[in-house]
Amino acid sequence: MEKVIELEDVWVRYGNQTILEAINLELKEPNGLLGIIGPNGGGKTTFLKVLLGLLKPYKGSVKIFGKSPEKSRDLVGYVPQYKGFDFDFPISVWEVVLTGRMSHTGFLKKYSEEDKKAAEEALRTVEMFQLKDRQIGQLSGGQRQRVFIARALATNPKLLLLDEPNSGLDPHMQDELYRLLDRLKHEMAVIMVTHDLSAVSVYVDRIACLNRTLHYHNSREIPAEDLEATYQCPVELIAHGVPHRVLEQHKGSS
Amino acid sequence: MFDLLQYTFIQNALAAAILASVACGIIGAYVVVKKIVFISGGIAHASFGGVGLGYYLGINPMYGVLPFSLLAALVMGTVSKKSKIPEDSAIGILWSLGMALGVIFVYLTPGYAPDLMTYLFGNILTVPRIDLYLMLALDLIIVGAVYLFYKEFLALCFDEEFTTVQGVPTEKLYLFLLCIIALTIVVLIKVVGIILVIALLTIPATLSRKFTNNLKHMMLISIAFGTAISVTGIGLSYALDVPSGATIILVLSLVYGFVAVGMDMFEGRRVSNS
Repeated sequence: MEKVIELEDVWVRYGNQTILEAINLELKEPNGLLGIIGPNGGGKTTFLKVLLGLLKPYKGSVKIFGKSPEKSRDLVGYVPQYKGFDFDFPISVWEVVLTGRMSHTGFLKKYSEEDKKAAEEALRTVEMFQLKDRQIGQLSGGQRQRVFIARALATNPKLLLLDEPNSGLDPHMQDELYRLLDRLKHEMAVIMVTHDLSAVSVYVDRIACLNRTLHYHNSREIPAEDLEATYQCPVELIAHGVPHRVLEQHKGSS
Repeated sequence: MFDLLQYTFIQNALAAAILASVACGIIGAYVVVKKIVFISGGIAHASFGGVGLGYYLGINPMYGVLPFSLLAALVMGTVSKKSKIPEDSAIGILWSLGMALGVIFVYLTPGYAPDLMTYLFGNILTVPRIDLYLMLALDLIIVGAVYLFYKEFLALCFDEEFTTVQGVPTEKLYLFLLCIIALTIVVLIKVVGIILVIALLTIPATLSRKFTNNLKHMMLISIAFGTAISVTGIGLSYALDVPSGATIILVLSLVYGFVAVGMDMFEGRRVSNS
């Protein structure tokens, strides 16, 4: 079976600064949620841009479903970080979600019935279909985030990438978001990057730490050394009502 | 008032006002929502180099402006995205470079450049018929391009990165949009001139944004506003014997001011009532 992601010795530089260093990652399982945590400036967004083919590594190879990122774009859904967006833009929820169909529709063609069906289905999945005619600025932060997820889902992706999807959401909205991702991860591979440690505690199946280098063990637990290496200081994960520990017990603690 | 319509120059002026309003209504909407007012101003000013070149070569300056503004759009679009200096600095440099070239060309041209001022400040009452045909042809290209690329332009303006991920060649599409803006500027030059072009690209679109949340409707309302206001401006400038381009801009600004203040007051009252 085709591997979802295969990164071999990937390096990314801006000028003479190394952002990503010798990244190796192999993701075989077609389903499940991979959480990537790391501090701000640790290269998380850069990492996603490499997977999307928006940034070319100066060294190493990137394969998504066995092809180059550019050739696998119709299989990948992307939910960017939405800070810095212009929410006054005159565009409706429906029009936003339809743009997620462009890789299928083709250049210079009108959206087809199939495109509209896919957009409707995506909006129903995130329970936003009833608000499809709203202008994007007339939504709450949580609703807007769901619209961006619907736009990514309209692509019918097999791999869904989310960049800090929880930022700017209150705890209740975050919880809704995670429950949505928890449903989606049964149908596709989901990768979420975040700097919020507690965010990934409940729903992730696999976890990786990224701070220029990537630590990944294909499990839902992170060795404390990895976490400390990533954040460069001792970290204790505090989470409420968590059914399992993300961290191993620290040695010497009770 | 209706006797005026018998004069050819008034007929031409009205035709020019309508042709200009169509172009600036459609393209102004993109300029405003994509927030590329400054680069559009840069293309407009740099195209003065084309006016100078036209005089220097002894041809209709409009034929100098057309290729020059397209070149300015391509260079500015490329340099502002690719160069290491900030985008607004790059635009500022090219903006003045184009104008400086124009000044040198005009200086090198023997004799006196008779209607130079009409290119800088516009004079809709002197638009010759041949320029109307050029404006009509450019309008058809602009409308055709927006009809074909509506879906792509909307996605590009809203979220360039996501549109790239969808496999759309956004860099080329952005340059294409800038070229369409350059064509629009050529259409508008005769009406308000290079210096004032930016007002026609921004005011009708900003005004129409207040009445709709839909880009297509924004374009149509802009065209209506642009036509009504520029015709009013032509009438006033004829009646008061003041420059037409500047009069149109003054009327536009006044209408915008009244509408903006009026709507704020109305909305303020609605909020305090509820």
